[in-house]
Amino acid sequence: MKLNSPLQAYKYLPGDNCGKCGVPTCMAFASHLIERSLKLTDCTPILEDKHKAKFIELEELLAPEIHEVEIGVGERVVKIGGDDVLYRHKLTFFNQTALAYDVWDTMDEENLVDRVNRIKDFSKFYVGEFLKLDMITVRSVSDEPDKFADTVKKVLEASDLPLVLCSFNPKVLKAGLEVAMDRNPLIYAATRGNWQEVAKLAIEYDVPVTLFAPDDLDLLKSLTKTFTEMGIEKLVLDPGTFPSGKQLKTTFENFLKIRRAGIEGDRDIAFPLMAVPLTAWMMHDDPLSASYWETVLASLFTVRYGDIMLLHSIEPHSLLSELHIRDTIYTDPRKPVTVKPDVYEVGSPTADSPFFVTTNFALTYYTVESDLSSNGIDCYLMAVDTEGIGVEAAVAGGQLTAAKIKKGLEDADFVLKEDTSHNIIILPGLAARLQGDVEDETAAKVMIGPPDSGRIPGWMDEKWPLIK
Amino acid sequence: MTKKIKLSNLTDMFKGMDVEALEGVTIEGDIELDLSGGGVFDSTLAYSLGHEAAQIAVHLVNISRLLGYPVEQIFAGSMGTESAVQDVSAPTLLNDLLFSKFEVSNAEEWKHTIQEVTLGATSADGGTRKNTITIGGENALPYYFDSPMPHRNYVTMDVFDMPISMAKAVRTHYEDVMNDPAEWAKKNVREFDADMVTIHLISTDPLINDTPPKEAAKVVEDVLQAVDVPIVIGGSGNPEKDPEVLEKAAEVAEGERVLLASASLNLDYARIAEAANTYGHAVLSWTQLEINAQKELNRKLMKQCNVPRENIVMDPTTAALGYGLDYAYTNMERIRLAGLMGDEELSFPMSSGTTNAWGAREAWMTSSPLKQDSDWGPREYRGPIWEIVTGLSLSLAGNDLFMMMHPGSVQVLKEITQTLFGSIENKSIDINNWIGEI
Ligand code: B12
Ligand code: SF4
Repeated sequence: MKLNSPLQAYKYLPGDNCGKCGVPTCMAFASHLIERSLKLTDCTPILEDKHKAKFIELEELLAPEIHEVEIGVGERVVKIGGDDVLYRHKLTFFNQTALAYDVWDTMDEENLVDRVNRIKDFSKFYVGEFLKLDMITVRSVSDEPDKFADTVKKVLEASDLPLVLCSFNPKVLKAGLEVAMDRNPLIYAATRGNWQEVAKLAIEYDVPVTLFAPDDLDLLKSLTKTFTEMGIEKLVLDPGTFPSGKQLKTTFENFLKIRRAGIEGDRDIAFPLMAVPLTAWMMHDDPLSASYWETVLASLFTVRYGDIMLLHSIEPHSLLSELHIRDTIYTDPRKPVTVKPDVYEVGSPTADSPFFVTTNFALTYYTVESDLSSNGIDCYLMAVDTEGIGVEAAVAGGQLTAAKIKKGLEDADFVLKEDTSHNIIILPGLAARLQGDVEDETAAKVMIGPPDSGRIPGWMDEKWPLIK
Repeated sequence: MTKKIKLSNLTDMFKGMDVEALEGVTIEGDIELDLSGGGVFDSTLAYSLGHEAAQIAVHLVNISRLLGYPVEQIFAGSMGTESAVQDVSAPTLLNDLLFSKFEVSNAEEWKHTIQEVTLGATSADGGTRKNTITIGGENALPYYFDSPMPHRNYVTMDVFDMPISMAKAVRTHYEDVMNDPAEWAKKNVREFDADMVTIHLISTDPLINDTPPKEAAKVVEDVLQAVDVPIVIGGSGNPEKDPEVLEKAAEVAEGERVLLASASLNLDYARIAEAANTYGHAVLSWTQLEINAQKELNRKLMKQCNVPRENIVMDPTTAALGYGLDYAYTNMERIRLAGLMGDEELSFPMSSGTTNAWGAREAWMTSSPLKQDSDWGPREYRGPIWEIVTGLSLSLAGNDLFMMMHPGSVQVLKEITQTLFGSIENKSIDINNWIGEI
């Protein structure tokens, strides 16, 4: 965005201080605009006719440095690009890297559908939500338009994930678009050889398009310029992902160069970037090495500026690490990482249900909470105010103490003797050393749970019924 | 949805454009002709109608083009020939690429150099190591085109002075040497290509074996005998015991320029610094994910303890992928950027306890404890990649030295960091037609 301070944005706002945007003053709203934590359209007064000129001007000034591009339609629509900074601590990165896994048009139907389902259904619980894969790439291996169209059709029937249609042959792409045009797929790719025909398709079907110029930044920029000149603005740039050696080093530098130029204001090149770690499969024959190297490339380009990524391995070791490194880089550093200290109910606890203690560090709390709820354990779970520190570090650092636990109970108005039939507190295994103190401080009986909350179900079978 | 346009409307629209009126003719939608003038449809009328319609069509096409509509496609479709597309000149489609040169500038704000630190000493410098290792010296973020990295990344592999519990995927590689730190160290160097080894004296912890410092120092001597690479010496993490353990270890390693791990704010760092100064070693300045604490400790080591700059390495703490790596990554990146921009309290090379990745349950648990999770697959594959991805992302944030455990992870991490460093040649691969070649 072209503005640096709330004051600059403030000048364009109505100045009514009416609070309709959800914050009390225009100045406060201006800070949110700069931080990108509220949208300009949240201020309804500025949408009125009399402010129209200012609205248009401000909207332009607030537009992110890197263009945003939408792929797909409806609920699973994927947005990429839209970044304003080179380092995540300076603001945050927006629109996390879209992960697209491939199928190809020489697969038989059964394998195809099975693979689509695996991509569509993969999910991993993490800090209160599910991490999921975003898109499906359909690759034309046969180079036959009919075959490709047929595959695209089957994929569309099996899933509503957005698609990348991949072929260097415009006829093949067209066949795919005929089937998939309502789903706003990304087409891949326009090259030095086919750009005119692909541009035609992009215009005719009004879909986003990838420009592919392997290790040729002048060509990439020329293509970008030519396409925007023709009115095609939904662009994704693939500078080529070479999988190894000096070529990979250059690939990495190309990503850095393009993004730096874009953030520094070269609008011609300020489009989302595509990485293709899939090329790792061109250098390794054995699937394990290939999948490892592919994940290495995926991590590299998640950290440094890949906005969308084409991938092949759907083995869990690849997917888990790819999803987690993506989440790592796109976690908003401004977001608090704690939950409110309180006694929470998991399931429908009764007076006979166990009472567990954990910390208010979000990662810890949600891990424990999901271990309990997914195993159908009805219970009370107390998040002690450890200032957002996990169990082991909080015990070591003195944020998880008997006094804190007692205070937590009082603040939550929870009286163990009355609200439970057993008057028992279950501590995390890693907080075992607090046992005596907690007994003294709360006059409750204290049991020590397993070190990892994933083991609570087994521990319950063994320990809990015995004392009930 | 079709909007009816009468020719009369069109006539009005085209008034200033020299189009003659066609009376009594209505064109509805795009194909229906309604001849309401009565009479027969004679050929003269048909001709004049056709002529006028064509004229109007030309104007419509021109207007459509002005509005940016790709008219050619319609023509191509209705004429049913490819050549028709080429025939109609295409104002929205360009025939030639608009040439444009890509340019980008170097980062102006990186004006300072990260301190170089050399670990290990050869006989020329009064030690017994076969080689030394130098880290630091960067003028840019790692692998950036602004300025080449002067030294590659290095890996120091862990050795413990007693058998410890570890993930199965790791343990299988060390079962035969677990009771013998010297053999363990040898295995790391010979079989696993470790650049350095770290001997962790964890048995000295009063809560474990409370091994006396003197005995622990003996293990250090054994390791120095067993391998000729530079070494790191780590304590148990017990703040009361570590200073005396590291002091003794520093003494027996005199002249070898080891890295003493670690000085931290919650123990007697001055004593560790003193030992390093006296016996000629470097110090690892370890803080817990807190950039200001890192500044403070570095300042104290330099100003209060007189540790020379070329003897300081930082460990700003490594948290595993999924378990705080977002903090650890950004903490390192901020530290490195600050160093490059001239913060002299932060311009030191960095070290990461990448082994911490094995603490993540995704790395070691047989399967997910959550019913809603998809299958996690074999843990033998998950663990190493967890360590690799944790290390790789920190290498991008500026980390120089990696403390690691799994031999497979070490190999892959070295391959990617050295590729980015520029020292790995590979046969070049043509990706121009990758789509169909996989
Ligand atoms: C990230 C981290 C930090 C971060 C903490 C960030 C945060 N928000 O918590 C920071 C850098 C701040 C930190 C600081 C310190 N840390 Co620290 N830290 C870690 C690290 C790398 C990961 C911890 C983590 O997040 N785990 C993930 C969470 C989800 O785990 P958890 O909260 O324990 O929850 C699990 C279990 O406890 C259990 N569980 C949780 N609740 C419940 C409830 C019940 C009923 C049951 C049954 C089970 C259960 O299941 C959960 C899921 O597995 C570990 C090393 C490692 N790899 O484990 C060291 C570690 C925990 N830290 C350690 C230490 C010593 C410290 C410091 C004291 C260091 C120092 N000298 O200053 C400080 C203390 C700071 C403070 N408290 O103010 C030691 C603890 C050693 C010990 N056993 O005492 C560890 C093990 C590292 C080590 N080997 O030295 N640390
Ligand atoms: S809604 Fe608009 S006018 Fe009202 S306070 Fe917010 S920014 Fe100001």
